[in-house]
Amino acid sequence: MSKKFTKDHEWISLEGDVATVGITDYAQAQLGDVVFVEVPEAGRQVAKGDDAAVVESVKAASEVYAPVSGEVVEGNDALEGNPALVNEDADDSGWFFKMKLADQGELDGLMDEAAYTAYVKELD
Amino acid sequence: MSEKQTFTGNRGLQLEEALIFEIGSFENCGVDLEDVPQVESRLGDCAAQGDIDLPGLSEPEAMRHFVRLSQKNHAIDAGLYPLGSCTMKHNPRLNEKMARLPGFADIHPLQPQSTVQGALELMDSLAHWLKTLTGMPEVALSPKAGAHGELCGMMAIRAAIEAKGELAARTRVLVPESAHGTNPATAALLGFKVDGIPADASGRVDLAAFKEKLGDDVAAIMLTNPNTCGLFERDIIEIADALHEAGGYFYCDGANFNAIVGRVRPGDLGVDAMHINLHKTFSTPHGGGGPGSGPTVLSERLAPFAPLPYVEKGEDGLRLVENNGDAAHNPFGRMVAFHGQMGMYVRALSYMMSHGADGLRQVAEDAVLNANYILASLKDVMSAPFEGPCMHEALFDDGWMKDTGIDTLDFAKAMIDEGYHPMTMYFPLVVHGAMLIEPTETESKAALDLFIATMRDLVRGAKEGEVERFKNAPELAPRRRLDETLAARSPVLRWQSPEAKQAAE
Repeated sequence: MSKKFTKDHEWISLEGDVATVGITDYAQAQLGDVVFVEVPEAGRQVAKGDDAAVVESVKAASEVYAPVSGEVVEGNDALEGNPALVNEDADDSGWFFKMKLADQGELDGLMDEAAYTAYVKELD
Repeated sequence: MSEKQTFTGNRGLQLEEALIFEIGSFENCGVDLEDVPQVESRLGDCAAQGDIDLPGLSEPEAMRHFVRLSQKNHAIDAGLYPLGSCTMKHNPRLNEKMARLPGFADIHPLQPQSTVQGALELMDSLAHWLKTLTGMPEVALSPKAGAHGELCGMMAIRAAIEAKGELAARTRVLVPESAHGTNPATAALLGFKVDGIPADASGRVDLAAFKEKLGDDVAAIMLTNPNTCGLFERDIIEIADALHEAGGYFYCDGANFNAIVGRVRPGDLGVDAMHINLHKTFSTPHGGGGPGSGPTVLSERLAPFAPLPYVEKGEDGLRLVENNGDAAHNPFGRMVAFHGQMGMYVRALSYMMSHGADGLRQVAEDAVLNANYILASLKDVMSAPFEGPCMHEALFDDGWMKDTGIDTLDFAKAMIDEGYHPMTMYFPLVVHGAMLIEPTETESKAALDLFIATMRDLVRGAKEGEVERFKNAPELAPRRRLDETLAARSPVLRWQSPEAKQAAE
């Protein structure tokens, strides 16, 4: 499926019954150089809106929220050794974690790419 | 500035200084010590496995090393230090003179109490001043810094909730988005769940959003007033009343007490606990010259849980109550091994007594006046996110820089070339590219005028495309711009000898 977006600048992309979550390119640009990332461990249950990961840049530390509810199946271990990946490729290889969705219906409440682009434009 | 290269690397009398490990010799020692008598070691496996490589220096070498380092350090004694939220005010020399009196400087915390009655009286007097200035019935003097004071206040709140049997139910602590990061950290440390409250368009707590979040599961709010945007929370009494009605407690972060000391008593606003940074409001040294000290005042509702130790009047004079069994109330415990930062107590009380109540009131008035002078003098060329007047600090955002090609960090670095310690940057987080300027009351109008003129010239330069002046800054400091990203991503946490470093490369 195509990506969905939250107002807190996470993206989520569903393939089968597992979704990949990351932060948007806009978010990484706002954060500046990312120096540390903490991703959740497999097996952790998260509810929509819960703190799921931490991203720290030279400017600030921020939480990454779970866009929907479910169970984490994998954290992106590559980010631990190479947090710069978030700056270089936020939309793809800089993903944060993968999760099994509790309710795929929750995705309907999120923005599509066009809506997110319009939302970001408003912020600037 | 001349680009002349020198043989030594020194620039005039600005001397380069190597690390102490690089100038000392591991073989030599600066003092003559008698040979250690040969005895049988009983350390077994714990004995030293090798040399510990302490650098040996002669007294003049050691003296010069630390004096040179101190000359590279910027301090409030050297210049204006507008670091917002930190209250870098002048530390009066009178405080230092009092702290060096032998009766305060040369005593030991384990000395018999009958021999330190003067020191106990000083603690008691300081407690009296703090309680009077805040309108609160109890104070815990011992916390050793602001965040430690927060922990103290929140532990008292937790104890009060526990005493009511509500600990399992009250799990949530409300924290405004503009809060100091230590607030949510403190709540989390105590096992509470942190719930953010958004700000409204005026930079203050969104009252409606706050009320919506109230419930039986709210333990406390942690609110800073004036807040980190330098604004007074006008709805504070309504916030306190609604919170108390819902059974919660009000923690006030007192970091910005300097703006209201002598004018507002937090106890009158419904505050249950507040720490006071003696190292901000009451002029004790900090920022490398510390230590900090964070006494925490407590309301009637929390006083029964105040921690040990504290001073009380006994039959034979003053005494320090150090054990639960000796306390008339129900202390939640103790936070420090001894009695807190005695040296800071002496300095803070010296400051209070030399200013008097009227002088402290003027401190707050002048701090607010100075900040507003800066806000009013810069807001036509920089962009202020919130309508003034402000309290003790002036806040700007990076909106005015939008098309200049520079950002807040570049601007701050260029200030160093001009001889100023930068203001606080990128905080509070709710303001984009924030620049938080706190001049304090101890700067003269002449000093503020020069600072304002400098800032206006930097802004002019930025708007006229002098990008190099910013991107290359600092050019005139002993070190050029550091690679903060690399330092954070690949920190070198142990000193490496130049040979080892070369071998690694």
